[in-house]
Amino acid sequence: MLRMTLMAAVLAAPAVAQELRAPDQITGANDAARSAALFTEMGKVLQHPRCLNCHPVTGGPTQGDDMHPHNPPIVRGEADFGAAGLNCNSCHGTENIPYLTRTGSIPGHDPWQLAPVSMGWQGRSLAEICAQIKDPARNGGKDLAAILDHHARDGLVGWGWAPGEGRTPAPGSQQLFGELTRAWIDTGAVCPAG
Amino acid sequence: MTTLTINGAERTLDVDPDTPLLWVLRDELRLTGTKFGCGVAQCGACTVMLNGMPRRACVTPIRTLAGADVTTIEGMSGREYDAVQAAWRALDVPQCGWCQSGQVMSATMLLQQLPAPTDQQIDEAMAGNICRCATYHRIRTAIHDAARTLEG
Repeated sequence: MLRMTLMAAVLAAPAVAQELRAPDQITGANDAARSAALFTEMGKVLQHPRCLNCHPVTGGPTQGDDMHPHNPPIVRGEADFGAAGLNCNSCHGTENIPYLTRTGSIPGHDPWQLAPVSMGWQGRSLAEICAQIKDPARNGGKDLAAILDHHARDGLVGWGWAPGEGRTPAPGSQQLFGELTRAWIDTGAVCPAG
Repeated sequence: MTTLTINGAERTLDVDPDTPLLWVLRDELRLTGTKFGCGVAQCGACTVMLNGMPRRACVTPIRTLAGADVTTIEGMSGREYDAVQAAWRALDVPQCGWCQSGQVMSATMLLQQLPAPTDQQIDEAMAGNICRCATYHRIRTAIHDAARTLEG
């Protein structure tokens, strides 16, 4: 009976749940191969629904682990902050707020807005995302040090690991994501192929 | 204790810090123009102005509002609001009326940000305000009418 219960629990786990390995667990034939492998590990975070939902390529945000369209329908708007009259902060505050009338919560953080179009990742390969992240013309003018700081310390990035009741956190922790980013940079910031 | 301004008057409220603003408005202050619809920021009936921007009061704990400026439908004024209110009356936009204070808040904000919105811009702005009487065509027409009265 216990075995069946455990099996049911495993089968019921969200499909996106996965572990994030530490840099010393990532190996490669040389620095370049290891660097690409480190970015591939970072991809577990970058391509997690908690991150992708607000990194759309076209249209507005998506929601949930299945990344369905945001309800109510929301467009990006000129400032990546929703439509005139229906900005993100109409509903989203500066912190996650549990619902009082049912389970779950509305996510929040200060700031709360979409990533710019140039940082849209949905449907893109990890190689394409890597190229975007390294390109100052598309990443908001960041060099590698600024990318490390963004991954390791940015509050909205960190929200991915504290998304509130009803949402699966990104794998690992922001600290571990920062350590992977540092190791990726230290090994040459090589992008995976494909 | 949380002190904030509601409809121009300073209020100090001794309620559970997690109490949503909507509960405070309706149950403590008897400002019942703001409605409870869904409780999960899906319908827009509880929309108020928070520091000049629309905000769903059902997901806004009072502890987050120290020093804030809240305006409910009872305290609204201004050029865009007056135009929206007049257009709403002229077209009999409200049917059961439950959602209408929230609709008016969003419409007012829209006209403050976009003085002459297109149909698409109206639909995008009003997408978070649900009307169970389905007065969406009247709402859209009333916003256009209000915009026209603001042109001069």
